[in-house]
Amino acid sequence: MNDTEGNKHDASNQLSKSPTGILGFDEITNGGLPQGRPTLVCGSAGSGKTLFAMEFLVRGAIEYNEPGVFISFEETEEELKQNVSSLGFHLEDLVARQKLFMDYVSIEPSDIEETGEFDLDGLFIRIGDAIDTVGAKRVVLDTLEALFAGLPNPTILRAEIRRLFRYLKSKGVTAVVTAEQGKGSLTHHGFEEYVSDCVVQLDNRVHEQTAIRRLRVVKYRGSRHGTNEYPFLIEQDGISVLPITSMGLDYEAPSEQIPSGVPRLDAMLGGGFYRGGSVLVSGTAGTGKTSIAAHFADVTCRRGERCLYFAFEESRKQIMRNMRSIGVDLAQWEQKGLLRFHNVRPSAYVLEMHLVMMHKLIKEFRPGVVVIDPISNLLTIGNPPEVKSVLTRLIDFMKMDGITALFASLLAGDRIDDTAIGVSSLMDTWIMLRDIETNGERNRGLYILKSRGTVHSNQVREFLLTSSGIELLDVYTGADGVMTGALRAAQEAKEMAQALEREQEVQRMQRELARERKALEAKISLLRSEFEGREDSLKRAIAQAESREDALAKGRMEIARLRKADEPTPPTQEL
Amino acid sequence: MEDNSTDNAAKGPERAAGEIRAGTYVFQLYVSGITPKSLQAIENIKALCEEHLRGRYELQIIDVYRNPEQTRDARIVAAPTLIKQLPAPLRRFVGNLADKEHILFKLDLIPHDSSSELP
Repeated sequence: MNDTEGNKHDASNQLSKSPTGILGFDEITNGGLPQGRPTLVCGSAGSGKTLFAMEFLVRGAIEYNEPGVFISFEETEEELKQNVSSLGFHLEDLVARQKLFMDYVSIEPSDIEETGEFDLDGLFIRIGDAIDTVGAKRVVLDTLEALFAGLPNPTILRAEIRRLFRYLKSKGVTAVVTAEQGKGSLTHHGFEEYVSDCVVQLDNRVHEQTAIRRLRVVKYRGSRHGTNEYPFLIEQDGISVLPITSMGLDYEAPSEQIPSGVPRLDAMLGGGFYRGGSVLVSGTAGTGKTSIAAHFADVTCRRGERCLYFAFEESRKQIMRNMRSIGVDLAQWEQKGLLRFHNVRPSAYVLEMHLVMMHKLIKEFRPGVVVIDPISNLLTIGNPPEVKSVLTRLIDFMKMDGITALFASLLAGDRIDDTAIGVSSLMDTWIMLRDIETNGERNRGLYILKSRGTVHSNQVREFLLTSSGIELLDVYTGADGVMTGALRAAQEAKEMAQALEREQEVQRMQRELARERKALEAKISLLRSEFEGREDSLKRAIAQAESREDALAKGRMEIARLRKADEPTPPTQEL
Repeated sequence: MEDNSTDNAAKGPERAAGEIRAGTYVFQLYVSGITPKSLQAIENIKALCEEHLRGRYELQIIDVYRNPEQTRDARIVAAPTLIKQLPAPLRRFVGNLADKEHILFKLDLIPHDSSSELP
């Protein structure tokens, strides 16, 4: 119970915020600037303070129906109009529609004499009148230093500026007050002491001859806010802050899957790439990254969708020629206006300008698919965090527009390097192409390292480039591991030979068995015939022996008869 | 510009037809309501004019609270602000006009190194 009450209390205490409409800024600040309070925007000359302030007003007027007042101490209305027209802000129109009130407060120190105690009531009334004229909800004061340059007596000015902040608060307007950066302090005159609610710092640093703009929310009372330094760009349509992570953005997440152009790959991915997803295809040189990209471009155009191809390495003609050799005719799509190449050397621009250029082309061409080949080349012009932040911004932008993006990335070796890892967290699908080198032969293998939200194959496929496009084959997996190419063929032949051999062996053994049986049988018959021979001779011997006995008996009887011997009579019985 | 001296006859302020005679000082004093500073400024400039420019000055007092748009037209930031329109060049004096010496000096009503008031 206590908890719920506590929460309720928190919710009612929650600061209401005015969205600036500045891309990325409202995300960092969880909704924008504190409503009805002044915010101090400080930074050195040329850091984009005026533009930030102006965009806050213009977006407020156009997108949030909150009229604004721009009090300029430095630039005349004409100068301001000209300066921001290059950013697509048409102040003239907003002024005519009473959405914007501009007042140039010029203070010429040369014609001002101090004659005693004064205050800034004139300025207060001037601001108040401007607010009332258009019913302003937003006010910009750009930049307060001018007061110090133009008016005497800093002591009075300090007190008056303090009063000015209170005055703005009492008017209930959301104000942006810009101030010059001081040495060792946020502002030259220590205005940050007067503004307790929100302080934003802009910075423009030069790193290796490349200017990098950064923004930091120094202080934001009563609100959570990102404390990092966020890189920002001044683009054709205003400021865009690059929120460092892509987390927390409210993308559409379409469930539609679109084909990759390689049917077998679609099967591996469980149906294809998600529309609006980002796909990383990484591999060492010559593993077929561009071929995969070309297939994807081809199938996209075949469907009637537009594809924008950023080529950082090869020329448009070179890509088209090379892809023709594997049966992908990209020229036809270019002629139909479905495919557009954009060729540029990475070193031609600084990193930020690449993003600006891509952003602009994507907005113009409105493609369904964007190919960037390769992103690794952007590394040559920026350090990994910069590249990542630029890519994050690009991916976010494309996701919001439902554009599917394919990034090719060249790996230096077998090792997946830090960049790839850094970038990969932004990717929904990561396809790895690998060289499989064995027995003096190089073959290509493909596998899916990750694919968010799809049931995907974990198997390595052999990747063949044929004259009719990419083919994915099952690889041989056996006791010796994955085998591809000739090795796979050799392995298959070996297996076949082994099978044949086994069959022959069986036949041979069967023949031997028959032979042995025959030999045994022959032995048996020989023995039998031997036995029969012996039996025969023995029988003859018996017969001879019998006939000799007979002859002897006959002889004895003959002798007895000749000797007239009594007939052997039976012996008489003696008494 | 050459007519900064006091050779012209002192006359009351002429407002007709916007025609301003040479040598006439034209002032606008912008104040923000009836504040002590406003009242001091009004008092001070009136005294100064009567003392040094009697008959050859015009003084207009404008309350910017009631005429806020005038702040833009006259480029007013501080209050009170006294603008000397004529004779040229235009000068602005901010504050309650208490520093009479300084004003007189800047109005070329006293010589550069004189610290005494003119009778």
